Amino acid sequence: MKRIDRFANPNKFMKLAKAITPWAAWSTVGFLAAGLYLGLFDSPADYQQGETVRMMYVHVPSAWMAMFCYVGVAVSSAVGLIWKHPLADLAAKATSPVGAAFCFLALLTGSLWGKPMWGTWWVWDARLTSMLILLFLYLGHMALLNAFDDQTRAMRAASILALVGVINIPIIKWSVDWWNTLHQPASVVKMDGPAIHPDMLWPLLLMAIGFTTFYIWVALLRIRQEIIANKIRAIRLRQVNG
Amino acid sequence: MNSFLFMVRRDLRLALRQSSDNVMVVMFFVLCAVLFPFGVGPELGILERISAGVIWVGALLASMLSLERLFQTDYEDGSLELMALTPAPLEILVLAKVAAHWLTTGLPLILASPLLAVLLNMDSDGYGVLLLALLLGTPTLSLIGAVGAALILGARRGGVLISLLVLPLYVPVLIFGVSAVDAAIGGFEYKAQLFILGGLLMGTLPLAPWGAAAALRQSLE
Repeated sequence: MKRIDRFANPNKFMKLAKAITPWAAWSTVGFLAAGLYLGLFDSPADYQQGETVRMMYVHVPSAWMAMFCYVGVAVSSAVGLIWKHPLADLAAKATSPVGAAFCFLALLTGSLWGKPMWGTWWVWDARLTSMLILLFLYLGHMALLNAFDDQTRAMRAASILALVGVINIPIIKWSVDWWNTLHQPASVVKMDGPAIHPDMLWPLLLMAIGFTTFYIWVALLRIRQEIIANKIRAIRLRQVNG
Repeated sequence: MNSFLFMVRRDLRLALRQSSDNVMVVMFFVLCAVLFPFGVGPELGILERISAGVIWVGALLASMLSLERLFQTDYEDGSLELMALTPAPLEILVLAKVAAHWLTTGLPLILASPLLAVLLNMDSDGYGVLLLALLLGTPTLSLIGAVGAALILGARRGGVLISLLVLPLYVPVLIFGVSAVDAAIGGFEYKAQLFILGGLLMGTLPLAPWGAAAALRQSLE
C-alpha cells in the first residue's frame, strides 16, 4: 500500500505543479517589473555610492537566493536520504543549477559593483571567498550528479555531498561579522530593524520576492521535466523488453 | 579496536608492498614546491614570503593525489563488501583506512616539509609551527578526503571529480595552516590558528568517517 502511495505522489505533484507554474511565472514578471522600475527609476541614489547602489537590487537578492537554494538542496537531500522520497531527490537535482546561477550572478554583480566602489574587481575577503566556495560546491554537486550511469547512485552521492557542504552556509552568513571585512555587514535582516531607507528597501524586497517566485517557477518546470523524462525512459525500457 | 588495528595493519602492509606509490606522492610534493622558484623567480625575499603557502598547497594537492585509491581497489576487488558485512562498524573501518592513509602519505609529507622550507628560504622561526600545523592539518585533509573518495566510487572520471569535491572543503585548513606559519614568522601569537586547526580535526574526526561510511554503503547498494 505504501509503495502505491509513493508512486502516486509524483502524479499528484504534477497536477499541483501544473496549477502553480503559471501563477509563479506571472508573479515573477510582475514583481521583477515593479522592483526594477522602483529600483532603477524611482529610488534615490546613495549619498556615498551614487547611482552604482542600484546594483544592489540584483546583487543582494541573488546572493540571498544562492544561499536559500543551497539550504533547499541540503534539506531535500536529507529528506531524500532519510525517507527515500523520490520527489525530494528531484527537487535537489532541479535546484542546484538554479542556485549555481544565482551564486554566479551574485559574484558577477558584486565584482562589477566592487570596481567603482572598492577600486578592484575582486578582493580575497571572507564573504567573497566563501561565496566562491559555495559556487564550487554547487559545481561539485552538479558534476557528481552527472558522473554516474546509475541515477539513484548519483542522487545518493550528491545528497551526501550537499549535506557535507552545508557547513559553508553559516560561514557565509556570518563571515562579515566574524571577520572585519571590506564587504559591508548585513543591513536588512537585523535585530533592531533594517538599516536601510524604505525607499530602497521596497524595491529590494520586491526584487527578492520576484527572484523567489522565479526560482519556484524554474524549479517546478525542471522537476516536471525530470518526471516526464523518467516516464519516457520507463516506456522506452518497457518497449525494448517487450 | 581489534578490527581497527587489523585494518590499519592490512592497509599499511598493502601500501608498503607498493611503496613506490607513496614515494611518488612525496616526489610530487617536492617537485610541486620546486617549480615555484622557476615560476616566480629565484629571488629569496619573494620565496620567503610565499614559502608557507606553497608548502601547504603542495601538501594539499599531494594528499589529494593519493585519495583516489583509498577505497577504489577494495571496491573493485570486492573486499569493501566483505568489510561492510563484518560485525565491526563500517565507520571504524573507515577511520582505520584514513589512519593508514595518513601514515603513508600525511606523515611522509610532514617529514619532507622541512627540506622544502629550507629550499624556499623560510624563516627558521616558522619551522616548528609549520610542522605542528601540518601535524594537526594533514589528518583533517585525509578525513575530509575519505568522504570524497567514498563518493566517487563507480563514477566516471573519478580522479578529476574528487578534486572538485574535496578542494573547496580543504580551504579552511589551508587558510589557518598558512596563517599560523605566517604569524610565527612575523613574530605574532600563533596559538589561536593552531587551536582552530585542532578544532577542525576534532570536528572532522567523528563526522567524516560517518559521512564516508554512509557514502560507502550507498555505493554497495
